[in-house]
This record gives sequence, C-alpha cells and structure tokens, in this order.
Amino acid sequence: MFEYAPAPEARSLVSIRPSYDLFIDGEFVEAESDERIVTVNPADEEPLAEVAAAGDADVARAFAAARRAFERVWSPLPGAERGKYLFRIARIIQERARELAVLESLDNGKPIKETRDVDLPLVAAHFFYYAGWADKLAHAGHGSARPLGVAAQVIPWNFPLLMLAWKVAPALATGNTVVLKPAETTPLTALAFAEICQEAGLPPGVVNIVTGAGATGQAVVAHPDADKVAFTGSTEVGRQIARAVAGTRKRLTLELGGKGANIVYDDAAIDQAVEGIVTGIFFNQGHVCCAGSRLLVQESIADELLARLRARIERLRLGDPLDKNTDIGAVNSAAQLARIRELAAAGESEGATGWSPSCPLPERGYWFPPTVFTGVTQAHRIAREEIFGPVLSVLTFRTPEEAVSKANNTPYGLSAGVWTEKGSLMLWTASRLRAGVVWSNTFNVFDPASPFGGNKESGYGREGGRHGLEAYLG
Amino acid sequence: MADIPSRVPSRVAVRRTYKLYIGGAFPRSESGRSYPVTSPAGDQLANAALASRKDVRDAVVAARKAFPGWSGRTAYNRGQILYRIAEMMEGRRAQFAEEVAAAEGVSEDRARALVSAAVDRWVYYAGWADKIGQVLGGANPVSGPYFNLSEPDPTGVVGVLAPAGSSLLGLVSVLAPVITSGNTAVLVASERAPLPAVTLAEALATSDLPAGVANILTGRLAELAPPLAGHADVNALDLAGSGTLAGELEALAATTLKRVLRPAGDDWDDPDPGLSRIRPFLEIKTVWHPIGR
Repeated sequence: MFEYAPAPEARSLVSIRPSYDLFIDGEFVEAESDERIVTVNPADEEPLAEVAAAGDADVARAFAAARRAFERVWSPLPGAERGKYLFRIARIIQERARELAVLESLDNGKPIKETRDVDLPLVAAHFFYYAGWADKLAHAGHGSARPLGVAAQVIPWNFPLLMLAWKVAPALATGNTVVLKPAETTPLTALAFAEICQEAGLPPGVVNIVTGAGATGQAVVAHPDADKVAFTGSTEVGRQIARAVAGTRKRLTLELGGKGANIVYDDAAIDQAVEGIVTGIFFNQGHVCCAGSRLLVQESIADELLARLRARIERLRLGDPLDKNTDIGAVNSAAQLARIRELAAAGESEGATGWSPSCPLPERGYWFPPTVFTGVTQAHRIAREEIFGPVLSVLTFRTPEEAVSKANNTPYGLSAGVWTEKGSLMLWTASRLRAGVVWSNTFNVFDPASPFGGNKESGYGREGGRHGLEAYLG
Repeated sequence: MADIPSRVPSRVAVRRTYKLYIGGAFPRSESGRSYPVTSPAGDQLANAALASRKDVRDAVVAARKAFPGWSGRTAYNRGQILYRIAEMMEGRRAQFAEEVAAAEGVSEDRARALVSAAVDRWVYYAGWADKIGQVLGGANPVSGPYFNLSEPDPTGVVGVLAPAGSSLLGLVSVLAPVITSGNTAVLVASERAPLPAVTLAEALATSDLPAGVANILTGRLAELAPPLAGHADVNALDLAGSGTLAGELEALAATTLKRVLRPAGDDWDDPDPGLSRIRPFLEIKTVWHPIGR
C-alpha cells in the first residue's frame, strides 16, 4: 500500500454566517421562537453556525406566506413562466456548485467526492428536469393538471440539498408553493438555497424554509393549511405522520426506510459485483434508505467473493470529508453513531462475525469503520433492522427461489440489486422482487427522469420522473 | 290449531342459504352466526352469514396465498378471466335483477339497468388488464448508459369496503379494478344489502377466477373493517363504503403504512372511471441495467 498526499478542497469557498434566521415570504426573518440550534461539523465536532428552531407562530407565518403566494402569484402564473424560474434556479446551482458541495460536506460529513460528483449535479438536474414539465403538465397522464396548494415538506439529513431538490422542484413545477423543514443537523444548504431563490427573483412566499428539530417538523406536517404533506425519513416517523394525516383531506407521500437486498448469482462478473456491493453499502457512509445493506451471495462463490470484497474494502480511505481522496466520511451525528454502534453490538452478541479493515479512525468527530458481518441469519437484528450506517450483513443462498424469498422477507420494499450475466435470470428476479427500485449489475444510481420510491413499509408515492408529478396534482 | 292449507301446494320453493366466499369455498361464518337481511321496506329477504374477525383473518390468508399465482399470470390471461366473469353474470341477469330490486328497493327497470352496468363494468376492466403497463409504465431517458424501465406492479392484498348503497354495481366497481392488475381482495359487502354479493360470489366461483383472488364477507362493517384495516398482511385499503368509520380506519392503516383510497363521492354510474381505482393499488417498479458491450 502507498500513501496519498492530502488533497483538501478549499474551505474558503464558503462563508458561513455565525447565525441564521428563517426564510419566510422571500426574506430572512427573525424567529419569534427564542430557541436556537447549533449545527456542527461531524468530522471534528466544531460548531458551524446557529439556526432558529421555528415555533408554531413561525410555522403559521410561513404557511400564511405560502398561501398568499399560491393564490396571488404562483398558481395564476403560466406554466412556461414558472418553468423559467426553475431553469434559473438550476443554472445558479450549477454556477455555485463548488461552494455548495463544500458547504454540504462541512455540514453533513459526507466526502467532497460525493457532494461534488453526485449530489450537486443531481440537484441541478432535478430543477432542469422539472422546469421543463411546468408548461407540459397536461401531457403527464395524471388527468387534472391543477396544483394542490401549499405543500408541507420535511426532509432528512443524509442528502440535505438533493432531498430538497426532490421535494421543491416538482412542487414548484406543478404550481404549488412550499413550506420546507430541513433536518436539524444539516440546515445550511437549505438556507443557501433560500439565497438562491432570492437571486433567481422567485416571487416571495413561493418557497419558505423553517429550520428546527422534531417539534418544528410536527408543526409543519400538522398545520391545517397544508394541502399536501411530503416526508422523507424514518419509517417510525412516517407512521406517526400517516396517523396524523388520517381522516383529513391532506394528500400524503412518504419515502421511508429500507433494508435492500443485493443478490449476487454465481455467474456474476465478480469484480463489478464487488464494486457494486461497496457502492451499495458504503456510499454516503451507508446513510442511504435504499442502501444494499443485505448481501445475498450464492453459496458456491461466497468464499471467493468475500475475499475479494475484504481486499477492496481494505483500500477504502476514511477520513477528512474535504479531502478529494476520501471514500468514507463522518457519520452525521453523535445520535446516529450511537445507533450504529448499538446495532453492530447486537450483531456480535447475536452470534454474527464482524470484520473491519485496519484503518485508523480520526480522534475527533463521529466515525464508524466500514464493517462486514458474516454468519448472519434472517433472525438477526442486523438482517432485519435498518442500520443507516456502513454496516453490511452477508447471507447466502443456493437457488434463485431462495434468493428471492430471502430478499422479500422484510417489511421494507425500497431497493434491491441483482448481479448476473444472464438477462433472463435478471428479469425473472427483478419481476419477483418486492421493491420500488431494482438495480441490475449496478447500484445506487439516480436520475431525475427515473421514478424512485418504495413498497410496503418503505412508504408510498414516487419521486422523480413523470410519476413524481402525480403527488402534486389533484 | 294451526292453519292447514286448503290445498296441497304443487311445489315448495327451495330457499337459498347465503354463505361467505373464502378461498374459493362457501363456508358459514366460523362463529356460526347469521343475521336477517331485510328490504328497504322492512320485509325479510333471507339470512346472511355474519362474518367474524376470524373470518377476516382466514380471508386474508386465502388472498395472500392466491397473490403470487394471480399476479404472476399474464395480463392477457387476467383480462380473459375478467371477461369470463361478465359471461357468467350475463346468464344470470334475471336473478341479479330480482335481488338488486329487492335489496335496494328500486324499480325492476332500474334494477335491470344496474345489473347491465355491473356486467359491462367487468368487460371494461377486462380490457384494462393488458393496457395498464403501457399507460403507466415506460422507458425513462436517464442521463447515463442505462436501460431504465418503469412498470406497475400490483401492491398485494387489498381490503375493500364495498359501497353501502349500491349492492351490485358499486361492489363490482370497486372489486374489478383491484383484481384486474393482479392484486387479490378481501371485500366486505354492503351490510344492509349483502345478498347480490353472495350471488356474485357464485358467478365468480364458476368463472375461472382462481380461488382466493376475491374473497367476499357479509356482516357488520363496524366489526369487520377495523381488523381488516389493522391487519399486518393487508397492503392497501379501499374505504369506499367505510361511512363514518373512514378516519378511524385510515389511522389504523397507518400502523402498517397501508395505501389508502379515501371515499370521494364516487359516481358508480360513470361508465369510464379510467385508472382512478386502478392506480392507487399499484407500485411503480423501476429496473436499471447498464448498457455496454
């Protein structure tokens, strides 16, 4: 092994203010609530900035602004003109991509390689894609092309700006206005997006951003003036939201947890499969709802595949998220690190065998090494529960029927992978998997033109593509 | 002394016993109960089986068991079978009309029109079976070297609460769209007017529809709907006939994140409901594959 010289991205590209206010009606306004939240850099635990924790009165103000903008400006505006604002936003994101990538890595802990090459290009692409739909909604095949009104949107910390784009772009293209709450640990790129809205000249009130934690999210979701609720996050919170929305007229879409199976058949191109397994579980530190966290490998090739997988994982570089050579960054928060540690400990105590490469962990910050568990059975917690971290559980199978049956043996149904050189076997498997996304001979690829979403307890509704418009039309 | 008929009747009618339809069989309720069914004018029509929570669970087991086979059939074959259901009903139109007239208190003409519409509805949805994928699916032009295809998949076992006021046409209008795409159904018939549902079950049983694809329960909505809405192995819920229970049932469904179709003032006479009752019970599955050599 050889050492790489450090290749840090310049932190000076971003200027972070010490304190941020809420973005309501086109302006940054002081919160009525006195409560503040500090967001820290998970790689070194240094505070980055302080943001407001919006209270009920703040949330009400945001909804009032969104309603006003919906009625007076945004829904009467011709689709072609709405689209132009989205095109403007897409362009500004591209122009500020480098700065936003650094800001995202600082606030989230994910490697700059991923924010720069995955998150930001996709964020811009989503706004471009939905911009073009704004004046073509009658062709989308959803019947009525009428917007619903005000959308309440709550997004998670794993892809802060990308999840914002997934929610805001289709909502705006269809003529809805938005009250969005970013995650409490990663609010900074959403606030930067608020500046972008100002820069694009977006009419005031069309996008409103209220920062805060769980209580703010509850207030946003429960606000009586929300016509539509969109949430991405944990299945448990999704359940609570579904219950809160029950019996109301509010429309609801949920993107929740997953426990994706990555099935490797004995005829798979093994090096590509190893690469795909690594991408499947270690991309974004495993903080991916569609992560391929259960590896199902055909018994006859298990030993060879696992040997190559370990050799590949030994070469992953964990450390400074701003270093361009870094493959694995920091876990987003202390709370998430504790959750990952608890489940990994359960894996050991329930009899599975854990393995991690010999990489040193930085002394400060929230870190967890890439970990592979073998000897896992379907009864183990690490095979059933979503870990949301860089922890892979390996199970084996003998026949395609067994692979499908094990893959489907979960209350989740978001993603799955299939690795085989045989097209007929791939299609046979894909058609039987209970999952919203099936990646064959690849994993964790995304595109705004491609619908994404889950079955069963992974939630309902689709985001992306023509299908993603449906949730915002009524 | 009891009245003795003045004449010996030429024939004593063979009265029907109305039962449940679960897994292709016609059991009585496991609870052994039945309830009197009356016409809107108050005349007793017959006794119907009073299903229990256990019957709900048995019906869900039957529906789950039937799901892989039914969803695995070709769309063409499902369309053929739905059309066959229309054929089976067509031959019994007079019987259906008589039962609908008695159940709903409508004129004979109106009852005949409702039966005709119900038969036609099967024909309508038979024709949808092999078009759903083409209308809702498609190739996605992603910006990379991938073949990317989306297609609709049935969501699984669907609990259906048939409309209270439309004993046959309403029932067919909610059942046919659920099963045409490959779902299987556990349906609770109209509590007040359940008899046409049982006759429909007899038509289904003779129509090539595999056992367990459609299961029909008669009984008390308030007793049967909550266990169906809370059942962990039911994937979706059509609340068309839920009445005042709608909110409570939706909250129960949230526990397992069931897909819920809320009641929305449906017009059962509309001959072209389109995808409005098909789409809510489908999942869109996207399959990615690299393009290369």
